[in-house]
This record gives sequence, C-alpha cells and structure tokens, in this order.
Amino acid sequence: MTLVRVRDVSRVFANGVQALDGASLDIEAGEFLSVLGPSGCGKSTLLRLIGGLAEPTAGTIEWPQGRPDLGFVFQEPTLMPWSTALANVALPLKLRGLSRSDREARAAEALAGVGLKGFEKSYPRELSGGMKMRVSIARALVTSPKLLLMDEPFAALDEITRRRLNTDLLELWQRTHFTAVFVTHSVFESVFLSQRIVVMSARPGRVRSELAIPAPYPRSESFGTSADYAALCRLTSAQLSEAMAA
Amino acid sequence: MSARIVAPVLMGLFMLALWEGLVRAMAIPPYILPGPILVTKTLVSDWGTLWPALLVTLTITLQALLAAVVVGVLLALLFSLSRWIELSLFPYAIILQVTPIVAIAPLIIAWVDDVNVSLLICAWLVAFFPILSNTVLGLRSVDRNLLDLFELYGASRWRTLLDLRLPAALPYFLGGLRISGGLALIGAVVAEFVAGSGGRESGLAYRILESGYQLKIPRMFAALVLISATGIAIYLLLSLLSHLLLRRWHESALKEE
Repeated sequence: MTLVRVRDVSRVFANGVQALDGASLDIEAGEFLSVLGPSGCGKSTLLRLIGGLAEPTAGTIEWPQGRPDLGFVFQEPTLMPWSTALANVALPLKLRGLSRSDREARAAEALAGVGLKGFEKSYPRELSGGMKMRVSIARALVTSPKLLLMDEPFAALDEITRRRLNTDLLELWQRTHFTAVFVTHSVFESVFLSQRIVVMSARPGRVRSELAIPAPYPRSESFGTSADYAALCRLTSAQLSEAMAA
Repeated sequence: MSARIVAPVLMGLFMLALWEGLVRAMAIPPYILPGPILVTKTLVSDWGTLWPALLVTLTITLQALLAAVVVGVLLALLFSLSRWIELSLFPYAIILQVTPIVAIAPLIIAWVDDVNVSLLICAWLVAFFPILSNTVLGLRSVDRNLLDLFELYGASRWRTLLDLRLPAALPYFLGGLRISGGLALIGAVVAEFVAGSGGRESGLAYRILESGYQLKIPRMFAALVLISATGIAIYLLLSLLSHLLLRRWHESALKEE
C-alpha cells in the first residue's frame, strides 16, 4: 500500500536557488526508507514538503489513504530549554488539547520507550547530546504517528552514540510499526537501517536511483560487520558517486 | 568567603579610609568635602528628612518601571504580530530614547499640571526602551525548527505566543528589565532636578538641590549615598528575580563548574 506519492516535485526558494527539480518517489506503508544524497541536494527540502512545512513550487504530493498523523525529527534535538524532558515530549499532545494527566502518562511511556525512564524531570541542558536526541524521538513518536520523518537526526553525534541510536531506532520501528523516512548523507547508516534506499543527485535534487537492502531484521551490531553489509555499502557507494557525477 | 566578595569590600574600606584620612590631614572644611564618618552621622541625624524624600523618589521610580514593563512588553507583542506596526512605530521609539531627558523634561513639566505625573512620564520615557527593544529581539529569537514543530501540530498563534515566543523572550526581557530598573531611578532623579522646588512632595533630588543652596554639603552627600544605595538595591533585586526565573534552564544562570 502506498502511503505517499511524490510526483515531479520542484521547489525554488525565494532567492532563486532551485533545491528540487522534478523529484518523484513512492513511500510504502510500514517500510523503512532512507533518502541518501550529498549535502545541499534538497533532501531536507523534500522531507519538509512531505511534512507539509513548505509547499512545492511545482508537482504534487498525494496521500492515497489520506494524510496520516506524522512525526518529525530535526537535525538538532530542537527541545524547549525551559521545559523538562517530560513536558517537551508531552508538547504535541498539549497542542492537540489532551488533558494534563493523559499527556503526562503518554509522554512518560514514550520516554521509557526510548530508554529514558527516570529522566522525566531533567532539563535539556542536563542531558547529553544522545539523550537529547532520544527525547526528540520520543516527542515525535508520542502521538503514535503512522509516518516518522527524520532529517539527519544523528549527524551531529559521535560514532558510538550514533550506533546505539541506530540499533535502538530499528528496534522501535519493529515494535511500533510506523513508516520511517530517514534522510542521511551516510552510506553506512542508510544501508544499516533501511529496506530501501533512494539516491538523490546534487542540486537541483532529483531521484537518481533506488536500491533494495534485502538483509533481514532484526539487524544487530554483527550485521554491521558482515560481508553482506560491506558488499551492500560498496554498491550503494557506487550509486551515490554516479548520482553525484551526473 | 570568595574573593569575589572580599576583594571589592576591602578595596571599598581602603578608599573610605583614604578619603577620611585626607580630609583630616589636609583639614578640608565640610562644606567643601565632608569625610565619610560625617556623612554617615548626617545620614542618621537627618533621617527624618531623607527617608520621606527617598520614599517619594522610590515611588516614582517603581511606578515608572511598572509602566515601562507594561508598555514595553505590550508594544513588543504588537510589533511581533505585525511587521507594519513595527516599521511605522519603532523609529519613533528610538527618537524618544535618544532625545536627552533633561531637554524635554521642562516641556513635560510645563504641559502636565500634576507634578508627580510629569515626573512619572519623564522616568518612564527613560526606562521603557531597553525593555521594548530587548523583548522585540527575544520574541524574534525563537528557534525556527521549534516554530515548524508548533506549525506541524497545528498550534494556534495564541498558543505559539504563550508556549514558545514568550518563554524564549524571557531571558532577553529580564536583561532589559535590569537596565531599565537603573534608568527609571536616573529618570526620576533628573526629572526632580528639573522640576526643582515645583514639587510639593519633595524627593531626594530636591533635597540635594536644597542642601546645595544651604551649603549643607554633608546632607547632600548623604542623599547621594541613598540614591546610589537605592540603585544598587534595585539592580540586585532584579538580578535575583532573573536568577530565580532562569536558573533551571538558561545558560546565563549556569553555575561555573
């Protein structure tokens, strides 16, 4: 079942820069999809268009089954520094008018889901970079969205933290069955996480190629060191180079 | 006790001792320069005159500060809602700010019948701009991604203002408030000077003028000390308020570790 149908979408900024030029893409319900491309190829713009945070200059974005609830994870944790972790996670529910007790119960559950039980009353500045990103993910998932959009969420984290978060994200995805769209410029990350990778060309961005990552889930750290993984990375890398050269 | 407190206190005591020593050694008459001991004595003996005067000045200062907060914040909110209102009004706010209060105080005092109201207007004019400009800056310094997030979940403008723009602007507002507290006092004192004996209830500035005419220089110094002490107290109180409101989350309130 197709959740989102992106058709020939272009986006030109007010300053005349063309970020996207006729990008097309289908997102299937329940899949883990990565959008891979060099910096400035318009992948963030594509994500913002799907999220409804910007309008395409040309082309359409269709929702065959209606527009579902969606969650968005930014490059930065984007937390409100004046609020506790719990209040930050509860924000989407507050904006939707849920009662205080309801939203706090659900926010506590979401925090526990990302491994942050016991940090409800902590303020963002008391948390590490990785923990802040976990809070951000909990906030995106607190409304139980059908679609989770992630814009290079782990790019600013160190290697060890990033690996942990990658494994934990996959586990969350398998447990809660949301559709994941993960924007990244890392070949390794996209191969490790996804079932399908969409490779974009440099600006103005368009979809150059697509490849499937047939490895089974659950994928553990050992998958990341297997020969299969290395071969898939080489293949993806070659596609990316081709897309950048074109 | 930390060096942060000990060092300035020792320095202050040393300067006071030097002052007293010089006044005595050179036998300077008190109508030229009274020593700190005489000033302290006068502060105690003239307390009956000085204390009511302090209350008058303090009342005007606090009323002006309150008015500055109300008008400054309301204008800032208005500016953040409409670019057009901001573009049309902000230059005039700047003109009000850069025009020296000593120059326009006589006009205001001449126009407004009630002296207290005219003093209040002068002090307010000096005090409101830092609050306005800082709050405008704060309301605009909101994380773009957080604004997107609020939009994503369909937050109304009102909700966004209440839950996002106002808390984000709070540290900026408090910074402006600290500056305005001192300025309100300065504005009140300057206006009192200009109004001179026109005020029926006389504040500290009038006491300073009066002491000057009567060559009661120690009392003049005592009144000066009171004004400075009031300014310091206002600053410390506003700093404490700022610390209490920001200590859990804002970088400026972080302890050095």
